[in-house]
Amino acid sequence: MVAIEQNILAKNDGYAEQNRALLRERRIFALNLVSSPGSGKTTLLVRTIEALRSRCPVTVIEGDQQTANDAERIRATGVPALQINTGKGCHLDAHMVGAALREMKLPQQGFLFIENVGNLVCPAAFDLGEAHKVAILSVTEGEDKPLKYPDMFLAADVMLLNKCDLLPYVRFDVELAVANALRVNPTLAVFQVSAETGQGFDDWLAWLDSGLAALALTAASG
Amino acid sequence: MHELSLCEDIIDQLTALTRRHGAKGVARVSVRIGALAGVEPMLLEQAFQSARIDTVAERAEFHTEWVKTRVSCLACGMDAETAPNDLRCPACGSHDTKLTRGEELTLASVELLVPEPEVDPVSLDCIPAPRGH
Ligand SMILES: Nc1nc2c(ncn2[C@@H]2O[C@H](COP(=O)(O)OP(=O)(O)O)[C@@H](O)[C@H]2O)c(=O)[nH]1
Ligand SMILES: [Mg+2]
Ligand SMILES: [Zn+2]
Repeated sequence: MVAIEQNILAKNDGYAEQNRALLRERRIFALNLVSSPGSGKTTLLVRTIEALRSRCPVTVIEGDQQTANDAERIRATGVPALQINTGKGCHLDAHMVGAALREMKLPQQGFLFIENVGNLVCPAAFDLGEAHKVAILSVTEGEDKPLKYPDMFLAADVMLLNKCDLLPYVRFDVELAVANALRVNPTLAVFQVSAETGQGFDDWLAWLDSGLAALALTAASG
Repeated sequence: MHELSLCEDIIDQLTALTRRHGAKGVARVSVRIGALAGVEPMLLEQAFQSARIDTVAERAEFHTEWVKTRVSCLACGMDAETAPNDLRCPACGSHDTKLTRGEELTLASVELLVPEPEVDPVSLDCIPAPRGH
């Protein structure tokens, strides 16, 4: 009997570190967007890109089991997007993202958004080389999602509470949802937004800008 | 269902271990799963049953060990078990805690099938007769 203590995700994590090194060298602030299907990842991305693209290059990797619909929605904003279809696969892994990064023309400095496959479970386990996972929870999904899917809300550093424009029409207790999320992950940053109306985007965009600025600083000093 | 892709990684690691130790295959494998590792033990076990076919782990017994979440509290110094969806300090209620157990996903131990020592009739003949004392 051999006692080994080997990380099962070692291979994925190795690819993720390669991706992270490449992104750091290019000073690209990379975010991995995770949520259930329909929380508003693509809509959020489109609005975020519209706000950012005049200031800074933005690149997008789209993961879905089927179709290139989301990549087309992104390309309509004028930024490059590469679609990865995972087939029956329920998550993106670092190897797929590494291949996509080699295929794309990466800018020098900018944002990379990776829209993961809509699934609140599997993508939690896979590091893609991103700076942060961003979990999106919409107000139509119920306040208890962080308690039901703690792995994902723990893996994330940011939670976007989306579809806040619908709060007058649905029974959803924002304070409770945020408290639940902080129970699972005490250091989670939370932004209340609406991808439909743009409500709350100033804070979210400011957070993105400060992340990019911090990256430029560390790259310059290291 | 990322459990199947995890099993492919497990099988790759078992194949490498088997080769490194000159073993015939794997008799038993034990996987340690943290309560916040994003993995369902039952699903992992089911996935393993199909992933092991035609591999070094074809005959392997599969075991999982569940690791509960623990936090260490930066406010009061308590080190305690918690529910996976409540990482507040169970003693003082502080949010200022650090997760110390529960995220691991490791191949904990492996029992290899060692080849039977080859019995070579020629070399048997060469065994020196026991010398009397
Ligand atoms: N009212 C409202 N609807 C939204 C908002 N964000 C997304 N949606 C709608 O939710 C649906 C799913 O959005 P989509 O971006 O495709 O979600 P994804 O599957 O997470 O990428 C679409 O009908 C969007 O128009 C929002 O902030 N408010
Ligand atoms: Mg989408
Ligand atoms: Zn405490």
